Amino acid sequence: MQFTTVQELVTLCEDHHLPVWDVMIAQEIELTERTRAEIIEDMSHKVDVMYASIVQGEAGVTSYSGISGGDAKRMRTYIDQGLGLSGDFLLEAVAAALAVNEVNASMGIICATPTAGSAGVVPGVLYSCSRRLQLSREDQVHFLLTAGAFGLCIGNQAPIAGATGGCQAEVGSASAMAAAALVAAAGGSPEMSAQALAMAMKNILGLVCDPVAGLVEVPCIKRNAMGVANAISAAEMALAGIRSHIPADQVIETMGRVGRIMPAAHRETALGGLATTPAGRAIAQKLNEQKADLIEER
Amino acid sequence: MKYFSVAEIIGPVMVGPSSSHTAGAVRIGQMARSIYGGQAREAEIYFYGSFAHTFKGHGTDVAVIAGLLGFSTFDERIPQALEEADRAGLKVTIIPTNEPADHPNTARIILRGELGQVNVVGISIGGGNAQVTEIDGFRIQVNADMATSIIMHQDKAGVIASITEVYGKHNINIGHMEVSRKTKGDLALMSLETDEEIDAEVLAELRSLPYMHKVIQIKR
Repeated sequence: MQFTTVQELVTLCEDHHLPVWDVMIAQEIELTERTRAEIIEDMSHKVDVMYASIVQGEAGVTSYSGISGGDAKRMRTYIDQGLGLSGDFLLEAVAAALAVNEVNASMGIICATPTAGSAGVVPGVLYSCSRRLQLSREDQVHFLLTAGAFGLCIGNQAPIAGATGGCQAEVGSASAMAAAALVAAAGGSPEMSAQALAMAMKNILGLVCDPVAGLVEVPCIKRNAMGVANAISAAEMALAGIRSHIPADQVIETMGRVGRIMPAAHRETALGGLATTPAGRAIAQKLNEQKADLIEER
Repeated sequence: MKYFSVAEIIGPVMVGPSSSHTAGAVRIGQMARSIYGGQAREAEIYFYGSFAHTFKGHGTDVAVIAGLLGFSTFDERIPQALEEADRAGLKVTIIPTNEPADHPNTARIILRGELGQVNVVGISIGGGNAQVTEIDGFRIQVNADMATSIIMHQDKAGVIASITEVYGKHNINIGHMEVSRKTKGDLALMSLETDEEIDAEVLAELRSLPYMHKVIQIKR
């Protein structure tokens, strides 16, 4: 049981009357020779890593470079004070996504999903929907396997690194994976998951990777918060029965095509976008001076 | 297919912030440690390209040092690797350079200590994976995610056959091999990627062959 495209994955699910996570386990056993128990244990460990990074980030961390941190804690306080406009479901996911990426920037331990720079989106949506839908540990593992199955379809048809495809390849892939897994967790069909993936990825096409000072902080951390909002709105649209006019695989192919013609300045080189704004350059300049001090010290 | 396993998409678990500039840098340090053969006393670390420009914010320096100390890519001590190096008696010098390099994420590591000296060049190729591209001036490719034997031997007829014969006898399949030499008849360096890890018995047998100078095994 093997798939490369979203269409192949959905067809396997429909033909065998299986959920996406079960097809994912079947392929994993075939290709990696790991046992079912090993695969589930690995994913369960990753749920633990994700939750630990959320707790750590919401308590407040500062990045290794010193330029970011504390925003997950601010969002946590805002939620706890009951000030939120858009409801706990979205805001809990936003706080968790910020938390994971702030922990990443602080050199804490994270689970890359699919990359370190986009590591907040899938855990953010998982954390919030686990509370809302009261998911068991088993359901949470299934969420990650579903996200991973769709992520494999994306990664095997297009780039998933900012250096090759821009932010659309990182936060775009992460939000598409999270959207598809959220639909499944809420009881939607594999086909509805595919619709959610297509809509989430369409919404982020063309987004550049322009990290200030070349670091995975500005604007990456907040783009993960945007990623959960994108994932949740796409999932809700799919669950409402809204369909994408462009099929998922064609959207993925488009993401790859857009990435290939994206100028190098907008692919993680810090030579364009927000990185070259006066404020962005000022941050980079300050860090360079610190670096010079550091080298002299030694 | 680029990706086979769901573990590559949901994972790896790693210390942030960057798979290429942090996790990959740890792997380069680990490989340099293996090639040296253990804990060195002194390390000179040269950074090129993107490593030279952004090592401070990505913690590439502490990541390489952590690898030199034998830490994993998800070891919580990575941010404090400099203090850990002090404790382990490893003196570290970091030297960012503007010299050109073939790959944007390149580090040259010179290790010295009781076991001698090695000079290793490593590159971080993305997604936390790394390669060694040069050892003591020999151009050679060693992948961090493959079990690899590195053998320094006399450049002489029959030596390569005597080495591969040992692998064949122990039923170990060689997936990829490379031989590099600087001048004819002098020293040569060979790397052999194998499907299985090789054990101490095979290593001892390789070391007992004539014309061998050094036999190193890099674990996956």
